[in-house]
Amino acid sequence: MKVIETDKLTKKFGSFTAVDSISMEVEKGEIFGFLGANGAGKTTAMRMLCGLSTPTSGKGTVAGFDINKNPEDIKKNIGYMSQKFALYEDLKVWENLRLFGGIYGVPQKEIEPRIDKLLTTLGFMDEKNTMVKALPLGWKQKLSFSASIFHEPKIVFLDEPTGGVDPATRRQFWELIYDASDRGITVFVTTHYMDEAEYCDRVSIMVDGKIEALDSPKNLKSTFNVESMDEVFFQLARGAKNE
Amino acid sequence: MSSISVNNIKRNYGKVEALKGVSFEVEKGEIFGIIGPDGAGKTTLFRILTTLLLADSGEAKVDGNDVIKEYKDIRKKVGYMPGRFSLYQDLSVEENLKVFATIFNTTIEENYHLIEDIYKQIEPFKKRRAGALSGGMKQKLALSCALIHEPTVLFLDEPTTGVDPVSRKELWIMLKKLKKEGITILVSTPYMDEASLCDRIALIQDGEFMKIDTPENIVNAFDSELWSVKSSNMSGLLKDLRANNKIITSFAFGDTHHVTVKGLSVEELKSYLVGKGHTSIEINSIKASIEDCFLELSKSS
Repeated sequence: MKVIETDKLTKKFGSFTAVDSISMEVEKGEIFGFLGANGAGKTTAMRMLCGLSTPTSGKGTVAGFDINKNPEDIKKNIGYMSQKFALYEDLKVWENLRLFGGIYGVPQKEIEPRIDKLLTTLGFMDEKNTMVKALPLGWKQKLSFSASIFHEPKIVFLDEPTGGVDPATRRQFWELIYDASDRGITVFVTTHYMDEAEYCDRVSIMVDGKIEALDSPKNLKSTFNVESMDEVFFQLARGAKNE
Repeated sequence: MSSISVNNIKRNYGKVEALKGVSFEVEKGEIFGIIGPDGAGKTTLFRILTTLLLADSGEAKVDGNDVIKEYKDIRKKVGYMPGRFSLYQDLSVEENLKVFATIFNTTIEENYHLIEDIYKQIEPFKKRRAGALSGGMKQKLALSCALIHEPTVLFLDEPTTGVDPVSRKELWIMLKKLKKEGITILVSTPYMDEASLCDRIALIQDGEFMKIDTPENIVNAFDSELWSVKSSNMSGLLKDLRANNKIITSFAFGDTHHVTVKGLSVEELKSYLVGKGHTSIEINSIKASIEDCFLELSKSS
């Protein structure tokens, strides 16, 4: 089953084409890396996929809903975690989760048991009543990810989730991503760490608004005849005109 | 004379110990990297050295001047590029640069040679508002502004965070050039792969330096047997590696997992993994990277 399908999706701002006719398909449960240089159009493309921005032309569906016609349904059926930590610092751990559950329409009587189950899995039960602002960064980040998939969406969008995080926490975070993917949640992730690109099932690389490459890391490395994703990225992005 | 000299600097925010007594020296013309995650104390250290924050105790000198008694002298001759974009969003690229030049009583023309390489990449957009620039261009403008008065010491707090790999490489080429001009550079980064580009580095975590040395010496001091392991099922592989009690640590590293082992041969590990149903198994003895060292050091501290 396809969770994302786009056909020549395009976004222009005046005479500037930020996203230039991108077509792609992402499968259920897939970990999809969305790479590109700064200014390549990643954020604009993601905003369209999340129902936050209307395409200038082209079409697509996300989680089964039409990007042009039903952006509101898309918003309800996806999870999103931004680069910057997005929980409420002055609420307790469980209050944050209850809030997210409520916003996304998780049935009232399911919220409480789901919070306990989640916190037990994460080993956070002792911190249930802790204010979020008192948590170490790595924990906040895991909690933020858990909140973004609390309503069990078909797909979660992660915008540079691991920027600035220590090496051990960065790896634990990827294990959470794997778990989500094993449960059938599609993970759409942007990152500037090229070793993390290797953890994805497939990656796309955007250059000047276009998708210049889309394949598994293994195939991309063999196509470009290089040893690492860093070199693949460098070869493609070096020629970029936009910045 | 050391360009930066720091002796037992401590700083708390309420109960949080942001810096727990940090000491180091940086030579003139050296690129010294502070490598560590968010919340480790990097920015607090930068703010103390640029005289924007007072330490609770300890002493520090920058280019021979005391950070407390002679703060005015320091402010005249250092360049500081904070982690967050700190330019005037409503002024154009050119206006921003002019503001910084004027504050320091100089002109763009006078020190153009220092910023030329980097500024000419954004010069085509000099009439654009700084707020409308992309992330990579903002960084280039901020660096130009930090350099326009020809500082003796340059403080760059996470100049490459959120910047794509190509722009990151360009920035490091630029720093090497500035070093040749005799400028001392203190630079912080959460990207471990950038450590090897520094002359010396300090690995920082929880307000403490775990190690100060050249990247090469740090890597050579890694004393565990380190292997890279690969199979056709990488997520299952990690779980099976962790379940083996002769494997001390196992971490995902891009397309392989890195493990440290005790009393285990390559053949033994291979037959263990075959027994768990793995195929296309590859095991190689490898040299540690800075990231391996960081993981090892933070485990023991």
